[in-house]
Amino acid sequence: MSVEVVGKDLKLVSADREAYFARLLQRVNQRVSQGDEKWEWLQELRSRAAALASEGALPSTRDEEWRFTDVSELLRLNLQAAEPVDVPVESVAALSLPEAAQSRLVFVNGVFAPHLSEVAALPAGVLAGNLLGGELPVGIEEYLGKQSGGEEVFAALNTAGLTDAAVVWVPKNVAVAAPIHLLFVGAAGAESFIVQPRCLVVAEHGSSVTLVEHYATVGMGCPDKPAARPYFTNAVTEIWAGENAEVTHIRVQREGAEGFHVSRGAVAQARNSRYSCYAVSLGAKLSRHNLEVFQTGEGTETTLNGLTMIVGEQVADTHSVIALNHPHGRSRQLHKCIVDDRAHSVFNGKVFVPKAAQLTDAAQLSRNLLLSSKARVDTKPQLEITADNVKCSHGATVSQLDAEEVFYLQSRGLSAADARNLLIDSFAGEVIGQIPVYSLRKMLSRCVGCRMDSWE
Amino acid sequence: MIVENGEVILSVRDLRAEVDGVEILKGLNLEIKAGEIHAIMGPNGSGKSTFSKVLAGHPDYTVTGGEVIFRGGNILEMAAEERARAGVFLAFQYPLEIPGVTNLDFLRVAYNSHRKHKGLEELDALDFDDLIQEKLEVVKMNPAFLSRSVNEGFSGGEKKRNEILQMALLEPKLAILDETDSGLDIDALRIVANGVNQLASAENAMLVITHYQRLLNYIVPDYVHVMEAGRIVTTGTKELALELEARGYEWVREEEAAEVGAR
Repeated sequence: MSVEVVGKDLKLVSADREAYFARLLQRVNQRVSQGDEKWEWLQELRSRAAALASEGALPSTRDEEWRFTDVSELLRLNLQAAEPVDVPVESVAALSLPEAAQSRLVFVNGVFAPHLSEVAALPAGVLAGNLLGGELPVGIEEYLGKQSGGEEVFAALNTAGLTDAAVVWVPKNVAVAAPIHLLFVGAAGAESFIVQPRCLVVAEHGSSVTLVEHYATVGMGCPDKPAARPYFTNAVTEIWAGENAEVTHIRVQREGAEGFHVSRGAVAQARNSRYSCYAVSLGAKLSRHNLEVFQTGEGTETTLNGLTMIVGEQVADTHSVIALNHPHGRSRQLHKCIVDDRAHSVFNGKVFVPKAAQLTDAAQLSRNLLLSSKARVDTKPQLEITADNVKCSHGATVSQLDAEEVFYLQSRGLSAADARNLLIDSFAGEVIGQIPVYSLRKMLSRCVGCRMDSWE
Repeated sequence: MIVENGEVILSVRDLRAEVDGVEILKGLNLEIKAGEIHAIMGPNGSGKSTFSKVLAGHPDYTVTGGEVIFRGGNILEMAAEERARAGVFLAFQYPLEIPGVTNLDFLRVAYNSHRKHKGLEELDALDFDDLIQEKLEVVKMNPAFLSRSVNEGFSGGEKKRNEILQMALLEPKLAILDETDSGLDIDALRIVANGVNQLASAENAMLVITHYQRLLNYIVPDYVHVMEAGRIVTTGTKELALELEARGYEWVREEEAAEVGAR
């Protein structure tokens, strides 16, 4: 008897999974300026994506790509479209970066907030603004939604709901000195909501730009404290690095404690371009970051640095792909996780080195620090090599704090807690210390410190 | 130097300690006064390093009996960091490497933990810089080592110099040097010993644990103790070290056996 009930439940859940995206779209999707010719291409893009998303099912842990990360809880949330919320300037002051005071775009619950944004510091010709607001860059339809892998179901959901986006366009040979801060703020409303941030970055031939993609909350207290209501951020960022362009991409995920965060970053790297990513995941009840880098020409350099620091019952999953397809590519990846309490971190890093990618130099390292006996790490660095003249390495380590190191520090006068904190700080520092925006380094060090204080 | 009516820095009585249920120290007695340099020699496994770790408060060692009085207070009840702040310093036989923490930060944090304990204001980076430059002289250390991670990639000699640098900075009342000479070439040994000698004063005391008499040519002890099976079995002056070097530890064992037999 009980078996039948379980079977029925499973069937129900499975039907719910299959219908999940179609129902969600019906409930939350807004139309964009219908009938306006200017937006015809966008309407087409959205319709195609909506069809894809509606056919897709909410992944379960039986899907290989979601084996360790269970998003079933999304089924229980009655998500509504995010309400527009008026956020005063003071509320985002703590999130602002002095280096980007004149190069900042702020979106609140997915809606562009002009009164919080300022782009006066950008060189002539550089475009930074929202899709709906400004003049559209020529040829934008060749880039927006055109990255490989956009058919993945969460990415399709985002595109299906695409009404506005942060757009950064750097013309040929222009170097942007100030970092461009793309701040996506979630503000609690009366209902559980879904917000779908979208970024498009095009760095043309020989240009250089530094981006700070930043997810945070206001009016929910510190992200480490429970927010009023669960919410869901489903973000997509597309980056096109032109020939010999240099893109530095810092990504900070500090969603609220009740937040769900799924995101996809897709990067196309043309010949001789350099792309460096620093992805720091601290927030959200459950987060999944998919990062895919596609090499479209030879001699590219790719650096991916990741830091995940989670506590309580948090789950943080990073799936990355570096798809090389041309000779002389160089990639370096370091992914570090600090996991405490009953938290669970997942890392899957694929590097593809096919025959066309001779003379590739690829290295990948996953390092994990477990601070409690109930903490869990699943890590899978994965190299797939068919080229025969390459230099590739990968590795993974999982360790606890070294008791002898703690004693050494204590024997010099540090308290046990200070000794632990210094060691954790240095573990995190290897990633944070490399972030090329000073105030952000400070902000993140404080977050790490604040989190450690709460452990004592 | 032996000081008339010097303060008793360390008084160890009938100390017993075990690790993983195995008794290593079996009734150790030792008294050290201000100004004195004591050497402990003894064969491998006699408990020398265990003694140093027990004094410093390593959590793996359990004291099962006896007492350790440091400047009038029982330190067995104190955590490792409290002992350090009270003035006990252990120069490690194998100093640990701590990647990601710069030597300068480590030294400053350690120094400030002592300042805080004394109720003094912590030194900021600039003032600390001046202080540490001065201390580098003691062990002739290249300032470049300050910006590297603690002991990471340091040679054996550099690690030991770094230990003495920490000692110079923290100015302990009791410095325990655990096989500080092992693995050092003669030049490094001279520099390390020279550093220790500069720091020795009538106010503090040194406990030098070593395998080899060689070190004691450079750091001249007032007393030499021989440890055997968890106890100090013989005490003498620096001449005892020479005799041990010439005749080996067997001789001490025989003497002790004869003494016990005579009783």
